[in-house]
Amino acid sequence: MSVDHNNTAIEAPAQPRRRLPLSLGGMVGATIVAFWVVVAIIGPYIAPHDAGALLDDDLFGHMRWKFPLGSDYLGRDVLSRILVGARYSIGVATVATFLAVLMGGSLGMLAAVSRGPVDMTLSRLFDALISIPSKMSALVLIAALGSSIPVLIATVAGIFTPGVFRIWRGLAINVNALDFVEVARARGESTAYLIREEILPNISGPVLTDFGLRFMFAVLLLSSLSFVGLGVQPPDADWGSLVRENIDGLADGAPAVIMPAIAIATLTVGVNLLVDNLPRRWSSTVEH
Amino acid sequence: MNALLVRLLVSRIAIAILTLLFVSVAVFLGTEMLPGDVAQAVYGQNATPDAVEGLRRALHLDQPAYLRYLLWLGRLLTGDPGNSLVNNLPIAELVATRLPNSLMLASVTIVVCVPMSLILGISSAIWQDSLYDRTVSLATMSLVSVPELVIATLAVIMFAVNLRWFPALSYSAGLLSLNQIFQLFALPVFTLSCVLIAQIMRTTRAAVIDCLRSSYVETAVLKGARPMRIVLNHAVPNAIGPIANAVALSVSHLLGGAVIVETIFNFPGLGRLLVDAVATRDMPLIQACVIIYCAAYLFLVALADIAGMLSNPRLRH
Repeated sequence: MSVDHNNTAIEAPAQPRRRLPLSLGGMVGATIVAFWVVVAIIGPYIAPHDAGALLDDDLFGHMRWKFPLGSDYLGRDVLSRILVGARYSIGVATVATFLAVLMGGSLGMLAAVSRGPVDMTLSRLFDALISIPSKMSALVLIAALGSSIPVLIATVAGIFTPGVFRIWRGLAINVNALDFVEVARARGESTAYLIREEILPNISGPVLTDFGLRFMFAVLLLSSLSFVGLGVQPPDADWGSLVRENIDGLADGAPAVIMPAIAIATLTVGVNLLVDNLPRRWSSTVEH
Repeated sequence: MNALLVRLLVSRIAIAILTLLFVSVAVFLGTEMLPGDVAQAVYGQNATPDAVEGLRRALHLDQPAYLRYLLWLGRLLTGDPGNSLVNNLPIAELVATRLPNSLMLASVTIVVCVPMSLILGISSAIWQDSLYDRTVSLATMSLVSVPELVIATLAVIMFAVNLRWFPALSYSAGLLSLNQIFQLFALPVFTLSCVLIAQIMRTTRAAVIDCLRSSYVETAVLKGARPMRIVLNHAVPNAIGPIANAVALSVSHLLGGAVIVETIFNFPGLGRLLVDAVATRDMPLIQACVIIYCAAYLFLVALADIAGMLSNPRLRH
């Protein structure tokens, strides 16, 4: 029985929307993000060629009807490889961000609601962890565990957890100080109930914004790792790996190296445009 | 300087040192998670029980972890972090050849970036919400959200392939002429600058606009001062603290980006040494490089905090 739910039930019929909920920039961002999410889901099924097949006799072939985005350093179809790679670039970042939010978010709310020593211990621990630069933690963990998709997901999730914890705890503490939470606590509700029914519905906006930004940082981190050869390993390839493996085509300005780079740029700029233009009451202050 | 300020500074520096100790424990634990141990890894296929046992003793792997940590920390502090596992060269020597290049890259980038980003930030605060401001904001927002590898790729296409100003990749062999040094640094500095300028410019703009909303600026407006004078004489001096803070923080973010940029351009710096060490799982070398990066990062963050403290007038009396 959240307060939020009742409000929307009353307001919805009385106030028909006259304006779009997003500004122009936000709409452009949302369209780009939606496009790439759809590609990540259906990409492998609409790819015109087998992403691993050596098809073109011309290496770093130019764009033409058979290979709309040219061919790569082994003569493979670049369009197909980008469509298949979307799943790695977007999928790994999404799962990792989701895990980070799950861990950091639940611990953050727990810390805010429990207060006292639980809050102290968790806050101190995560404050210390946040002082290690994210790329350094990633390099150390990958050196220790080797690079594979599960390790990449766990690494990125682990790196982002302290930041998520900080944001969620801060937001939850503000709500926790409000009267209706005190009332629920006085009623003798459990910690789980307080988190689920009182805190969570009231911080969902800013928390979504935070998710968007973290997702963008995850894409940036993962593509950088793949680019230096420490991310997704062959034969699989995300967009960062595609730029790396075709880097020899750079001197000729081959589409095989430009197109994956543009794919990364459109995705991250799109997410940032969308997040930047979300309603102001949803804003969360995030440091990277 | 007063007693309160001194106490704040000392405690801030103490926190930085404690954090660095924590980081060293974390790095040590992280690199110790390797399944199997280093001695096994070094010999690989040729491992005989005797040889592995001998090396294990030589590397003190038969000691408990906390003793090995203290031993490692002691050697790190005395400037002798041991030898690389891959080519058996002293790590101190490897770092000494690479570190100056990285420091040079960072300093050139800072010298290029700070004036440019201050001019951009202050000017867009003056002409807030104008077409100029919106254009600069959109451009910097895009630059912040694009990874270094994309900027680097596009920069090479533009400057090296289309305009033919530079060779596509850096190289260094023997003595370098002035022209070669310029070519070596030009594209890495350009790539790092794009990100750094965007970050510093955005915070500068926000800090100046924040000051423009204050009551003393309102007074200046009412007394009829011209907009340029209000910004340069009233708002900017008060925004210096937050700006210095932003510069130090942005430079600390630059460190991670430099690792990637050095790798892209084949630049002979500490970052590429680190990435190569990770690829060959050269643990002692990774530990040393990561500690250097973390120390630099924590130093800059502490510097940012101290800049913020010193610029707060409430602490001056």
